[in-house]
Amino acid sequence: MVESHNRSPVRSARTGDIAVIYASDYLNKLSGERIERECRAHLGAGCRALVVDFKNTGLVNSIGVSILLGVIDAAERAHAPLVFSNLNTQAAQLFEILGLTLHAALASDEQAALRMLSDVNLTERYRVPVGKHT
Amino acid sequence: MPEQTTKLLHAFSALADLGEELADTHDFEEMVRTTLHVVLGALGVRRGAVAEYMQAEEHLRFVAAWGLGDDPPAALPFAAASAEMLSTPHPRALLLSDTEQLELARHQLGERLFNTLVLFRLQLTVPLVVHKKFVGFILLGDKATGTDFTVDEREVVRTMARHIGVGIYNHRLLREVERRAEETRGLYEDLRGIYRNTVRAFAAAIDCKDKYTQGHSERVGKYSEIIAREMGWSEEEVEGIAVAGYLHDIGKLVVERDIINAPYKIDAKQSSELNRHPAAGFEILAPIQHPYAEITLIAKYHHERIDGRGYPEGLKGDQIPPGAKLVSVADSFDAMTTDRTYKRRKAFPEVVEDFRRNAGKQFAPEVLAALCRAILREVNGETRERPMVKMLGRDYLDPEECRPLLVELIAELESNASLAAGSA
Repeated sequence: MVESHNRSPVRSARTGDIAVIYASDYLNKLSGERIERECRAHLGAGCRALVVDFKNTGLVNSIGVSILLGVIDAAERAHAPLVFSNLNTQAAQLFEILGLTLHAALASDEQAALRMLSDVNLTERYRVPVGKHT
Repeated sequence: MPEQTTKLLHAFSALADLGEELADTHDFEEMVRTTLHVVLGALGVRRGAVAEYMQAEEHLRFVAAWGLGDDPPAALPFAAASAEMLSTPHPRALLLSDTEQLELARHQLGERLFNTLVLFRLQLTVPLVVHKKFVGFILLGDKATGTDFTVDEREVVRTMARHIGVGIYNHRLLREVERRAEETRGLYEDLRGIYRNTVRAFAAAIDCKDKYTQGHSERVGKYSEIIAREMGWSEEEVEGIAVAGYLHDIGKLVVERDIINAPYKIDAKQSSELNRHPAAGFEILAPIQHPYAEITLIAKYHHERIDGRGYPEGLKGDQIPPGAKLVSVADSFDAMTTDRTYKRRKAFPEVVEDFRRNAGKQFAPEVLAALCRAILREVNGETRERPMVKMLGRDYLDPEECRPLLVELIAELESNASLAAGSA
């Protein structure tokens, strides 16, 4: 696994074709836009799948949701499966209500997300089964 | 937590975020972009835009867009008649996915906007209206759930739209206030220009009367300006003292030309007539409301002396207004350094000697010191522009000769000033 900060304070790591982006404690406009930029940068660098990990995230506000919808959009355009891991219960429920989980899978933690994506043949267009915790 | 409660709490939280973002008026475009995020994130909408209606140009300017790809629309024509139609207290939000509303939308929005909405898959249009005035639109695409907007959700958007509309409206008011302030500043600058030109015209008229002192008032204005700047006066005060310098001899307009131009030493009666000019100047200037309050007093007191032996009132020391002390030095400096038909100008060392002899008697030492510092600066080539060298001539201010004299006099004047301050 190779870790990088890519000049922005968002921490991310790369495992083969999969990039893991770590969200900060409060997902608002500033941190959300950094995550979005980081996701786009990884997709631009040839990443085939994305994990956004929310282990350290306590709160996702409406701006954060909107920006994550932008991440979903970018991932879909690149045909890259997207998994959100380590979401707390409230955020998971909110994502489900707002329909984000129809476009991104949820995983209980980062390892589960990586396992989920490693089962996927990333050379072909593939959608990870969504809406379920693994 | 039940789904409805979670949704409601999220919408409330979004409304709170919206208020916070709208309060930040530093960057209008950023504010609109953030409020668009709030609306999209509140309902899980995947794409959207906020467009501002520019009345003068009759077009919609897309201030913020999200999820519309790399080439979102920038501006679209929007007829004044359509804007008028939407300028109602409660304009309807139109859902393009509702076939019943399609025709109304086409009619209300116009063909260009309608086609753009279809192209970018924007299906809900919410007019932004403040005080019955249409200011723009929130345009929303499909939700991440893929379901239609419910009545409640449309109500949430309408509520947010009211706030965003007020944000845009306030920004416009601010722009208008700024524009008018700029206009007023321009008018004020024009007026100042006219005032300055009028003052210079008066100075020229005063100098015309005295054939021996052509350009005296203008030079006194310039010297006064230089001294004031050297003394650290504010720009407004510097401008004021320059005007005072231009007008200090305005009272000479009422003194007989023969007395002013006498090529011999005038007698006591004529001298008394000539000495009337400061008081006459005060009377001429007093009825005018000058931007610089001291101008009239400077005209009146520029022949007062620190030791109380001046005229018209024999004021002493700090009884004399600071501007009058300053113009008095500028006036005498010009008198000493310009040729008259009956008298050659003094050589610079003589001028320095005169200053030394009269410091604290005729002249305020701090003003003399400032004038000397300003000359020294020019002589040393420390200033880009050298107005005094230009007025007096390069030969007159020979650096080798002037420098030691000025340095010595400045040291004396400043030391006397600090002694005086110490004893006070």
